[in-house]
Amino acid sequence: METARPIATPGTEAPLSPWRLFWQRLKRRRIALLGGVILIVLYLVALFAGFIAPYGYQRMDDNGFFHSPTWPRLEGVRLVVPRYQEEPGTFNYHPVAGDTKPIHFFVRGDRYKLFGLIPSTVHLFGTGDKNYPVYLLGADQFGRDEFSRLLYGSQISLSIGIIGILLSFTFGMIIGGISGYSSGWTDSFIMRFCELIMSIPALYLIISLRATFPPGMSSAQVYAMIVIILSFIGWASMARVIRGMTLSLREQQFVLAARSLGQSHLKVIVRHILPNTFSYVIVAATLSVPYYILGEVVLSFLGVGIQEPNASWGNMLTAAQNTEYLKNYPWLLAPGAAIFITVLAFNFLGDGLRDAADTKSL
Amino acid sequence: MWSYVFKRLLHMIPLLLGVSLLTFLLMSLAPGDYYTSLLQNPQISPDVVARLKAQFHLDRPWYIQYFFWLDGVLHGDLGYSMAYHISATTLMVGRMWNTFLLSFFALIIAWGVAVPLGVWAAVKKDSWIDHACSLIAFVGLSVPDVLLSLLALWFAAATGWFPVGGAQSPLYDFMSPAQQFWDRVHHLILPALVLAASSLAGIMRQMRSNLLDTLRTEYVTAARARGLAEGWVVYKHALRNAINPLLTIFGYSLAGLLSGAFIVENIMAWPGLGRLTMEAFFAKDSYLVVDSVVMATALLIAGNFIADLLLAWSDPRIRLE
Repeated sequence: METARPIATPGTEAPLSPWRLFWQRLKRRRIALLGGVILIVLYLVALFAGFIAPYGYQRMDDNGFFHSPTWPRLEGVRLVVPRYQEEPGTFNYHPVAGDTKPIHFFVRGDRYKLFGLIPSTVHLFGTGDKNYPVYLLGADQFGRDEFSRLLYGSQISLSIGIIGILLSFTFGMIIGGISGYSSGWTDSFIMRFCELIMSIPALYLIISLRATFPPGMSSAQVYAMIVIILSFIGWASMARVIRGMTLSLREQQFVLAARSLGQSHLKVIVRHILPNTFSYVIVAATLSVPYYILGEVVLSFLGVGIQEPNASWGNMLTAAQNTEYLKNYPWLLAPGAAIFITVLAFNFLGDGLRDAADTKSL
Repeated sequence: MWSYVFKRLLHMIPLLLGVSLLTFLLMSLAPGDYYTSLLQNPQISPDVVARLKAQFHLDRPWYIQYFFWLDGVLHGDLGYSMAYHISATTLMVGRMWNTFLLSFFALIIAWGVAVPLGVWAAVKKDSWIDHACSLIAFVGLSVPDVLLSLLALWFAAATGWFPVGGAQSPLYDFMSPAQQFWDRVHHLILPALVLAASSLAGIMRQMRSNLLDTLRTEYVTAARARGLAEGWVVYKHALRNAINPLLTIFGYSLAGLLSGAFIVENIMAWPGLGRLTMEAFFAKDSYLVVDSVVMATALLIAGNFIADLLLAWSDPRIRLE
């Protein structure tokens, strides 16, 4: 026998705000939340990269070219790593039985600056002994720790996606808003220019844009250059969609009301029209971040982006292009796995956000 | 119909002019050119360099250079490759053909696999096949082309079943025509598969959702109510209508295909337009960069044009005016 349900009392609760409803719909999509959690972890790790990485990104180990991954094992209550011995001249490393060193936490090691500001030498883990290295993902052709470089590289690769999106979407929204609102020849000029940019296959345009920058730039300049190039390409598609939305929004009564209250055209666009496109923009941004990350990866991979010795996921993969390296030292592909996980997480989250933004969905 | 084709072709002209002008402007902003490095060579006198520069109009302002270039293009001459010392037209035709070949076979593989898989997933909705397909789609959408190409290289190097990069063997010129054909195919398989895999996921997802939408329509219910066999309903009534919207993403997927080809060519040493662009970029061979960007755009525009025609041909409701 079913228990009688209490009769709903209408009108006693305030209706949920659109954002609350959005959050409720999003909460039901486990896989989107999983994507979100993965991304939070990745960005936190990138933020604390210097602390978590056992070594500096430039530190080369003369006895560890292509060192194979060393996995800590549990010995009693301590984590230990064995000492590795190289078969002379082969870059094959074998653990020496019985010769181990425990892993300590908060050990002193290479210098780094936390958040780029606070100088420190404390690392989350390590053996503190040069002869007992902890290379979780092995070492590259210069004997640099792949795991540490992966973490330092994530600072560049992950942040470029976010900054690029912020820049290009801001421009795309404003230009698209102006284009749709003003109509006439401004509109058609902007739209023809967007079509021009979108008709060139992205990577070809990226390379021609890259050619306009001088060689020998500092790493900060290269970073800014990549952001500028990727944003220059990204704003066009955003502007086109926002223009389409603005065309219908500007006929709505609230725009007329704002105009009759004497607000300027720019203020109407920025304060009244663009906020109505936010739910679309947020979903589109989440789904576009991977393209920016991949843009950086491709540029650095081809040798025209982030330069050695700075680490980025793209330029780390350059070593894997050598088939001889690839065959014998497959851990050089680790940055590829990191890119895959990041892109997957963004796609999970973006898909969930899109479904949750759809007010008709349950 | 023909007036539409004509109009579209006319529309391409300003677009290609704009693209070439933009690339020319960008290349003129580039610091230094091919001859700046020659000037540093003590074996070559500055007079020779100046003469060469004058011969290729590189001593003029960029907009004058542009008109010289445009004049050449209109006469079927894409200029001269300073780094390769051959006519850019010859170079371009060979490279474009390679890129076309790679993209074409990738397209056939991708559609040949994605459409049946999408149909299968939609017909067996919520079965393990459907779940497996959606997993493949998610993974496929997230695997970067760079990683996929590197994995393919690794596979080729580890098994030795496929050549590691390149478009033909060193001994190609000494082979019989049959061997030559097989050699080309053997080199093409792996890059085409990689490129196909990167666009497969999107098509499959779209096919599945299109067919599911169509299967929910009333005429499908009506067909079932008349007692038609399920196979007949799905393949004769629903599928025909579900494929139409897919053709619109055909044009859209071409842009991704060309960018994907750029990466695959550069990693797997496939001598196509993308690889040529990088080579020309590093050699500062500015005319060649412009040529390849314009040609890649032309490929893309032509592909979109064909997609529109295909759509009109398959959907009788669309009238092209």
